Amino acid sequence: MASSAAARVFAIVLLAGLALVPALAAWVDQPFWVTLFTRILIFALAAMGLNLVLGFGAMVSFGHAMYLGIGAYAVGILSYHGVDNGLLQLMAALAVGGLVALGVGAICLRTSGMAFIMITLAFAQMLYFLAVSLREYGGDDGMQLKGRSLLGPLDLNNPTLLYYLAYALLLAVLLAFWRLVQSRFGMVLRGCRSNERRMASMGFATFRYKLSAYVISALVCVLAGMLMANLTRFVAPSYMAWTVSGELIVMTVLGGLGTLIGPIAGATALLLVEEWLSSLKLGVPWLDNVINQHWLALIGIFIVLVVLVLKQGIYGWLVAKKS
Amino acid sequence: MNHLEVTGLVKRFGGLLATDHVDLDLARGEIHAVIGPNGAGKTTLINQLSGEILPDAGRIVFDGQDLTHEPPFRRARAGLGRSFQITSVFNDFSVLQNTALAVQAHAGHSFRFWKPAASERALTEPALAALRRVGLLDRAQVPVASLAHGERRQLEIAMVLATGAKCLLLDEPMAGMSPAESEAVVALLQELKGEHTILLVEHDMDAVFALADRLTVLVYGRPIATGTPDQIRNHPEVREAYLGEAEHR
Repeated sequence: MASSAAARVFAIVLLAGLALVPALAAWVDQPFWVTLFTRILIFALAAMGLNLVLGFGAMVSFGHAMYLGIGAYAVGILSYHGVDNGLLQLMAALAVGGLVALGVGAICLRTSGMAFIMITLAFAQMLYFLAVSLREYGGDDGMQLKGRSLLGPLDLNNPTLLYYLAYALLLAVLLAFWRLVQSRFGMVLRGCRSNERRMASMGFATFRYKLSAYVISALVCVLAGMLMANLTRFVAPSYMAWTVSGELIVMTVLGGLGTLIGPIAGATALLLVEEWLSSLKLGVPWLDNVINQHWLALIGIFIVLVVLVLKQGIYGWLVAKKS
Repeated sequence: MNHLEVTGLVKRFGGLLATDHVDLDLARGEIHAVIGPNGAGKTTLINQLSGEILPDAGRIVFDGQDLTHEPPFRRARAGLGRSFQITSVFNDFSVLQNTALAVQAHAGHSFRFWKPAASERALTEPALAALRRVGLLDRAQVPVASLAHGERRQLEIAMVLATGAKCLLLDEPMAGMSPAESEAVVALLQELKGEHTILLVEHDMDAVFALADRLTVLVYGRPIATGTPDQIRNHPEVREAYLGEAEHR
């Protein structure tokens, strides 16, 4: 993937900056930063997963929060029953997430366009209400985890370690996707984005490739969900609310649809602006009050501005600048 | 045995009979042209052969295989390749990437996730050969978006060739080309003759009569005549329905 020098510099600065967060947080004595940025990394990971179908495959899934939920509930439910081995949880989460994605994807991919958006949303809502109905696991209120996942010598109760685990997973998925989008598989996926009819007429069985991409994308979100449960030590149906699916789309579009770094940039920008606006103190009481109470509306303005001015998102704009 | 054999093909769109009991056969290695006035159902016929729309009745047999109900990708796999009247390429790829993707469609499965496709010589070399054939080799690295119209038409043909199809369904390959570009395509098709079986839909009558071994004339979805160029030229009904107007232009 060709990219401008500015885009490359941006990517390196962003990734290096994220690597330094725990050190910076310790230096300025703001331990809260580590938690905030772990959240950012987790959403970046999920948005990156979504971007594989949304950005590279032009499949607008409005239900990817469902897979965050599956990851989180896999940790929650297993830990509730005393299974806190992280690897067992991982295998269970990936197996369940993969099977659900295979079934849901096989049905949803029979449709396209608006119907695809609606049917992915419908499945996510079904799972959301299923979680609400699970009384034993907290129902609507969700439940507190007894403990975090056990991963051999890695103690996830250490916030810095959890941060770097999320960071390592993000880098691993980034590397894998960087190879994937240039591979045969990636070419097929991008070909389908641009002209699926031509793909079929050339001899590609497009359905199986799109379905595979959907499953891979879901599994990345499952991973993100597992990290989320470990970060908050809490799982609730709200993790798979449709608004979360929407936020993932916003992050991806904000950062740059169909670019590798875009979702990371988008998640970072959106969550930081959220954090900043909701606690902004300008020293003018009435103004602070308005901003702190209506920061969601201001975020709306921020998103509109980015989309209008940069069109292809923060990182997408840098990539496109070359030509 | 004929390479491609179509019998009793019928397609209705509401009250309109777009394909009206079409029988058509292509001998191996021949160029069979389908001509007819606008709206005669030529593209609809190609769409049924390539599988994008399914006929209401009739049979399509290719290489002894009944493909009537197969989806487009299976027909392409069987060796039936098509080009599009309205250029239908991948706009965010380069010329070479477009052509290599066509090669990839017939080079084993694409569940390969790690190795960059651009580094696979098994994909790029046949692609470059196809580009050389249509005269686009020096444009291989150019993004498709910056190609001229004629070049896009050439790419369209290169992509069909790159799939390695034995039988080509060409939907107006010369549409909108300059006379020089058309001539180059005529020369290319002349060269492909014998190697490939070709169904050619084309409005350029000079090209059609120069190339075709046989022609079928389609009027309102119905074939009114099939024969050699000479037979068609002298066919009274054809002169009336079609060629008459063409000569006056």
